Amino acid sequence: MSTAAPVQPAPTDCFHCGQPIPAGAHYPLVVDGQPREMCCTGCHAVATAIVDNNLTDYYRFRTTIGDKPEDLVPEALRKLQVYDAPELQKSFVRDADGNSREASLILEGIVCAACVWLNEHHVKQLDGVLDFRINYSTHRATLKWDNSRIRLSDVLKSISEIGYHAHPFDPGRLESLQKKEKSAALRRIAVAGLGMMQVMMIAVAMYIGAVSDMETGMRDFLRWISLVMTTPVVFYSARVFFTSAWRDVRRGRFGMDVPVSIGIAIAFCASVWATLMGGGEVYFDSVTMFTFFLLTGRYLEMTARHKAGQVAEELVRLMPATATRLRNGEQEVIPVSQLEPGDVVLIKPGEVVPADGVVIEGASSTNESLLTGESLPCHKHLGDNLVGGTVNIESPLTMQVAKVGDNTVLAAIIRLLERAQAEKPELARLAEKVASRFVPLILLTAAAVFLWWHQHQPSEAFWIALSVLVITCPCAFSLATPTALTAATGLLTSKGVLTTRGHALETLARVNHVVLDKTGTLSHGHLEVVEFQVLGAADKAFCQQLAAGLEMASEHPVAHAILRLSDAPLSLSALTAESGRGVKGAYQDKQYRIGTAAFVQELVGAELPTTLMQADGRSQVFLGSSDGWLAVMALADQLRAEAGQAIAELQALGVDVTLLSGDTPTVANAVAAQLKIPHALGGQLPDDKLAYLRGLQQRGMTAAMVGDGVNDAPVLAGAPVSIAMGSGSQLAQASADMVLLSENLHQLPFAIHTARRMQAIIKQNFVWTIAYNLLAVPLAATGMIAPWMAAIGMSASSLVVVLNSLRLKH
Amino acid sequence: MDALYLLIPIAVVVMIVVVVAFIYTVKSGQYDDLEGPAHRILMDDDDPRIPGHKEKQDKKISGSD
Repeated sequence: MSTAAPVQPAPTDCFHCGQPIPAGAHYPLVVDGQPREMCCTGCHAVATAIVDNNLTDYYRFRTTIGDKPEDLVPEALRKLQVYDAPELQKSFVRDADGNSREASLILEGIVCAACVWLNEHHVKQLDGVLDFRINYSTHRATLKWDNSRIRLSDVLKSISEIGYHAHPFDPGRLESLQKKEKSAALRRIAVAGLGMMQVMMIAVAMYIGAVSDMETGMRDFLRWISLVMTTPVVFYSARVFFTSAWRDVRRGRFGMDVPVSIGIAIAFCASVWATLMGGGEVYFDSVTMFTFFLLTGRYLEMTARHKAGQVAEELVRLMPATATRLRNGEQEVIPVSQLEPGDVVLIKPGEVVPADGVVIEGASSTNESLLTGESLPCHKHLGDNLVGGTVNIESPLTMQVAKVGDNTVLAAIIRLLERAQAEKPELARLAEKVASRFVPLILLTAAAVFLWWHQHQPSEAFWIALSVLVITCPCAFSLATPTALTAATGLLTSKGVLTTRGHALETLARVNHVVLDKTGTLSHGHLEVVEFQVLGAADKAFCQQLAAGLEMASEHPVAHAILRLSDAPLSLSALTAESGRGVKGAYQDKQYRIGTAAFVQELVGAELPTTLMQADGRSQVFLGSSDGWLAVMALADQLRAEAGQAIAELQALGVDVTLLSGDTPTVANAVAAQLKIPHALGGQLPDDKLAYLRGLQQRGMTAAMVGDGVNDAPVLAGAPVSIAMGSGSQLAQASADMVLLSENLHQLPFAIHTARRMQAIIKQNFVWTIAYNLLAVPLAATGMIAPWMAAIGMSASSLVVVLNSLRLKH
Repeated sequence: MDALYLLIPIAVVVMIVVVVAFIYTVKSGQYDDLEGPAHRILMDDDDPRIPGHKEKQDKKISGSD
């Protein structure tokens, strides 16, 4: 749990969202008896809603300042009403009885515990809401409401009033399956854990009894009690090992579960035999302990996997739930699932394109980073194709739907992803390789020992053969990998590297080639003004204020970057944005323009000065007035500060580095030169990237792919091991084996280093176990070791393995 | 030592009770969200019970009227 202290913004910043208050803005509000200033109507409305509902504790307890709420346009609110339609509700609402209904919601905008508190209290006090609970770890909520007293859209509306966004979603079959799997695993662990504690307690008494003079009656009684408590552990908790071992055997291969099952079965059967016959030794303590440790390791692996799965599900949100259809000149809001090819839809600025289609009216630009990974928007005119899932940025577009559902480009990417995942090269696990040789060997040895003793001293044959089996018990073998894996995964998670698939670290240790994506991975993924050159007589600060003031009218990413230039943008009159060209406006009766060179020149008239800075592949934006040129600025996607050093560290580890970008070859080469990356390829589509990766594999390389976008997802899924950025698209994270939550590229060489250390520890574990066996087996086979000594030896060898693995933590 | 013949079976019964109780907690979803309760307890609306905070709570109630 985080123990961050509550934070408050500076007095000059907006009390709600913490952004600087623009000059001239005045949105006062009394919060908890203190006068506070907000930056915009949006923040003011949200704060008012919070104060009116007596929820000001939110401001006292929050540990992170919230996002700036998007303006609540009445249209957006009306759209929520689509969720009241019974046909749409069918897909995500569970009808309890009568009017009581239940739905799952994904909440956006939650940043700290206070947000959860605020949402829960705000929604619970609505009339008709029966229950509303938010899960802190997944940011999902369960809502129960009485449909005769409140509508779902009203609940969603009240959530947006306090500045958050909620979408209903269908938790679907997968989630309920995961829930079942998790609760079954917990029950198994509980039975194994409690059984282990009790049996161990009795085992201590029996160890002491073996050296002192315990009555046979008492000894047999304790054995019977142990048997009673071990039976559910073997038949309930350990059943997973048996079923999966049986599956392996039928497929003709030896997984790690085969020796595990043999070990548990033999030790248990021998103990039962000893209890019934009153001779020999019992191993109930080893059986329960072994089962408990293995189950715990698997539980941890499973939770990591589930977390990744939840991320994947949120992908559904890439497609909007509703679309505005135009029919006979009338607008109607319908669920996307009802769209058909040939329909005409209206896409407003900021909305997601609901399906693939062609522009039939309007001009705008769309953000296609989904496909290309490029953050700069593309211009769309009459007749251009639009791709479902991309975002319309500037002005309304009317589109004729061409393809829906499974035929869209997005669906195709997801199919490519699934195929890549299925064809993923699985490197044989070290443990499985060892197990497949080790198990037959033990069985043969034990059989040979039994046969030899059967001929020479039949009464001892069974117990000596059992000693051999127990002393070689594969516990240490089967613990060698999982314990090291758990320790390494824990260490990496604490450093902000989440491992979502079990094999990832083993493969990462063998990586000798790292392939990096550019946008969003090596760079921050958003534009910034990197150079500002004043062309006229006006001073720089004024030009920046002017530029920011003009760009207030635009939604273009370039505009966002320029807005950040100045804290106090000028307020201009008659602002008009022209799609793909720029913005014009007036200040103190003078006309100003910002945008492309051609657009500004129309106003300026004069030729561009010759002393202009070089473009160097960067986007340039010009500023001018009717008097002449004022300024030129260059925008670029900034590289992450630590990128160069991280790449040098990778190379120091003996890892080759390649840059694979969807951007033009010139840009890719320029970035590669700057970061000293030896190989760079530009203009790569998802298919090309996947082919490049396959080529590397054919040359015997083990490659790790690092990426962030939806376009990277198939490559991430197809790579032997893949790492997604924490801020990347959900699809990318879902298809990757690891997620770099901290976004710090330094963790990349660290993760490889840790994986290699882990591999070394695993090898030590195996060497130790093999050495122990080479020493113990001959002793056991010659009958020099009593079965109880074998039991202690077995526990000790496992303990050494566990302790050795824990060294990874330091 | 004869007491052990009674006490150990009692221990077994206690273990069974604990297992049943644990299974109940799993089924009732108490392990679904392991982070939430830790935060939730810190944000309880227990203000009126903290000495010196009573006045503020009164004001809140009158404010909502």
